[in-house]
Amino acid sequence: MANFLFSRLLQSAALLFLVSLIGFGIVHLAPGGPLAQFALTPGISQADLARMAHEMGLDRALPIQYWEWLTRILTGDWGRSYRDGRSVLDVIFGRLPATLELILTGSFIAIIIGVWIGVMGAVKRYSIFDMLATVGAMVALSVPTFWFGLIVIYVFSVNLGWLPAGNRMTAGAGGGFLDFLHHLIAPALVLAFVEVAIWSRYMRSSMLDVISQDYIRTARAKGVSERSILWRHAMRNAMLPMIALAGVELPALLSGALVTETVFTWPGMGRLLLDSLGYRDYPVVMGILMISAILALLGNLLADIAAAVVDPRIRLT
Amino acid sequence: MKTMDMPSQPANDHVELPLVPALAVENLSVTFQGETGSVDAVRDVSFTLYQGETLALVGESGSGKSVTSLAALRLLPPGSKARIEGRARLFGPQGPRDLLALSNEEMRHIRGDEIAMIFQEPMTSLNPVLTAGFQISETLMVHRGLSRHEADAEAVRLLDKVRIPDARSRMNQYPHDFSGGMRQRVMIAMALACRPKVLIADEPTTALDVTIQAQILELIRSLQEEDGMSVLFITHDMGVVAEIADRTVVMYKGAVVETGATVDLFAGARQPYTQALLSAVPKLGSMRGRARPMRFPVVDRTTGEADTPVEVPETVIASEQPLLQVSGLTKRFDIKRGLFSPLKGRVHAVENVSFDVNAGETLTLVGESGCGKSTTGRTVLRLIEPTAGSIQFGGADFLALKAERLREHRNRMQIIFQDPFASLNPRMTVGDAIAAPLRVNKLATASQARERVADLLRRVGLDPAVAGRYPHEFSGGQRQRICIARALVLQPKLIVADEAVSALDVSVKAQVINLMLDLQAEMGLAYLFISHDMAAVERVSHRVAVMYLGEIVEIGPRQAIFENPQHPYTKRLLAAVPVADPLRRGQKGPVVADEIRSPIRSPDYVPPERRYRTVSQGHRVMEWGDEW
Repeated sequence: MANFLFSRLLQSAALLFLVSLIGFGIVHLAPGGPLAQFALTPGISQADLARMAHEMGLDRALPIQYWEWLTRILTGDWGRSYRDGRSVLDVIFGRLPATLELILTGSFIAIIIGVWIGVMGAVKRYSIFDMLATVGAMVALSVPTFWFGLIVIYVFSVNLGWLPAGNRMTAGAGGGFLDFLHHLIAPALVLAFVEVAIWSRYMRSSMLDVISQDYIRTARAKGVSERSILWRHAMRNAMLPMIALAGVELPALLSGALVTETVFTWPGMGRLLLDSLGYRDYPVVMGILMISAILALLGNLLADIAAAVVDPRIRLT
Repeated sequence: MKTMDMPSQPANDHVELPLVPALAVENLSVTFQGETGSVDAVRDVSFTLYQGETLALVGESGSGKSVTSLAALRLLPPGSKARIEGRARLFGPQGPRDLLALSNEEMRHIRGDEIAMIFQEPMTSLNPVLTAGFQISETLMVHRGLSRHEADAEAVRLLDKVRIPDARSRMNQYPHDFSGGMRQRVMIAMALACRPKVLIADEPTTALDVTIQAQILELIRSLQEEDGMSVLFITHDMGVVAEIADRTVVMYKGAVVETGATVDLFAGARQPYTQALLSAVPKLGSMRGRARPMRFPVVDRTTGEADTPVEVPETVIASEQPLLQVSGLTKRFDIKRGLFSPLKGRVHAVENVSFDVNAGETLTLVGESGCGKSTTGRTVLRLIEPTAGSIQFGGADFLALKAERLREHRNRMQIIFQDPFASLNPRMTVGDAIAAPLRVNKLATASQARERVADLLRRVGLDPAVAGRYPHEFSGGQRQRICIARALVLQPKLIVADEAVSALDVSVKAQVINLMLDLQAEMGLAYLFISHDMAAVERVSHRVAVMYLGEIVEIGPRQAIFENPQHPYTKRLLAAVPVADPLRRGQKGPVVADEIRSPIRSPDYVPPERRYRTVSQGHRVMEWGDEW
């Protein structure tokens, strides 16, 4: 186990380095730069701009800029936002909880509902329920998230007035658990919508695969009840591929959250990223990129460990 | 070497049992509704299993033998649209009950308690994520209402009973920690947990090696005697039938062809189909006194008329230069867990193996799983590059050849694989598949290739008109004929036949072997025949090499190996083969309880120096130490 974690750590470090290299390159490929905002200020001179560029280190060659960023980040200095001068980590950690709250709630709902639909669809294959679930999944996969989010806002906030149209809490009210929850419902459900479709499809095919296995017939030949066959004999086997799926779906959720957060003006990392990109706020953009990459790697690591816990055939070495 | 502490079973001298029925299948029919119409899988099948007896249900694939038992237990896969008619009456103290008329819940209480079942694939029949102990205990908890603790205690006793060493600690292990034979023992412990009156064993030893098969058969027999259980034994293997069954039901295409005492059936089957089936079974020892391979007799399935089997003509061309000379061949596979992790061990798949094959000769590599016979075959063709050794083929150093020359030489050497379903491209017509070697080597024009394909199809006994069809339109035996035709298209000198007949039904196997013998006589082919089936090996080989853990332990003329085996492993292998003659039951030595060992060694393992002793002309045996 210690060996496994150590070699995983090395691999992750190598991956993070590649991510940073590619990310840095792409971010700087975009035209314009952080100074474009300042250039709009009336009365600002070229000399002022050049001085600012020099102070921010933007006048140096790109590889040198990257090298400086890299050496700073390795010593724990993530830099400061170009926009308001706050430390990048402060900016990101101010937004991260909101995003995690949304993602974790969304995927929790998606997994519970998706797995249940998948299992039922497999057990009652080709039934009316299964057909509806199949069609429903097709629809959910095809509907764009931003459009679906707007429809939810239109129906539940504008017409029915049941749910708030955005934000994480009622402005000025200071929050409270129920207020948080009330604001969370709509974006979490919208985020979960596509995920339910994905989970139910994977779960259905995994379950179908398992219930046609010889060992299920063995259980039946032993006189085990159908209920016990499903939940004790089949479920654990069918969940094995789902764990790997969870590992890759987490990063996908991060990008899904980007759209959802924008639609619901959710104060999370997704919106921060969009805003920062608009301002060419390189330190913050790079910070978000790295934090997301770390989360994705962590998700995969947890999935691998979970798989080893559930499946006795896998040993982490 | 330890032997099981058990009296060896005398020949079939059962005390006359009062015939009390245990399970009666009456007029059972099973029809599957498919998309293309309905299939009558089982038609009007009736038989009775009496208390304490072993009844064999025997037939080739598609005979409906498994479907019969699954239908009687109502274990056909849910969702399979099957119409089941007839009765399956289980006799008990409360009188007979029709299994097909019971409610699902009543049936659930019978399964695992009064009737238990074991299956063919011990690898897939146990749940991989549950411990062996739990899977046995579960039966007891379901039917006996025992607590987990009580059930576990009983499970340990059961594991002991099926002779799994160190039962208590193995309780908490998962199926992947057990070898194939051990898993089948776990299955048996599970099935026998509630002391069922009837055990249905569906091909329980088919996936096992022959020495392990002998152990499992012995185990089932002794447990049956202890509990007075009735066993319905489903198998395709006439040798196994002869070994264990009191009575036999022969099935063909979903219907019962013949029923009778096993001894009578083997002595003189009444029905032509049974006669044809029995004549196709290679009987170990039937080649005594003959030097050359022999064709199987062909019996007409409808009239029962047989032709006389003939010994094949002399085909071996003994020249000074053998066609294939292999010496010191070694192949080791490194075991690593990751890209950067250190070497964990090595599989010594082939270890210092040397042999010659003459033109027109069949040399057989025989052995059990993990003995390296297939790796040897593939290394000879350089499908796998050897670690060390030399291969001389047709006078050239085969290992020194570079890509282009290797292709030329490889044309003279072809291979046929075990699974004719997997070794033909499903999207290629069989004509294209056969002509492919000509095309890739640019050896013929399109019209020449067509002629050649037609000629080859005729030679392997197929109609040339089928060239335009796809593999799925053929049966397993026909596909293997197509694979043979493909191997012949480049007019090779040597064909490596890697378990080429192992997956085929008995009668088809006999036909394909006959075909291979005929082709050898016609074309002077040499075969490197790789097989685990001793009885088939006896029939086809000129010479035999017995392999164990990557090494040849004994090599020599077939007659010498089979009639005068020297090495303990050869003797054990021969003793374990079920002989298709019920009268010779119990005339064999005691069953050896050893497991097959693994060829995986630690990285610092150095194989010992081996010495061979010459027994007679060309018959050499490895000198063995205390481990035997």
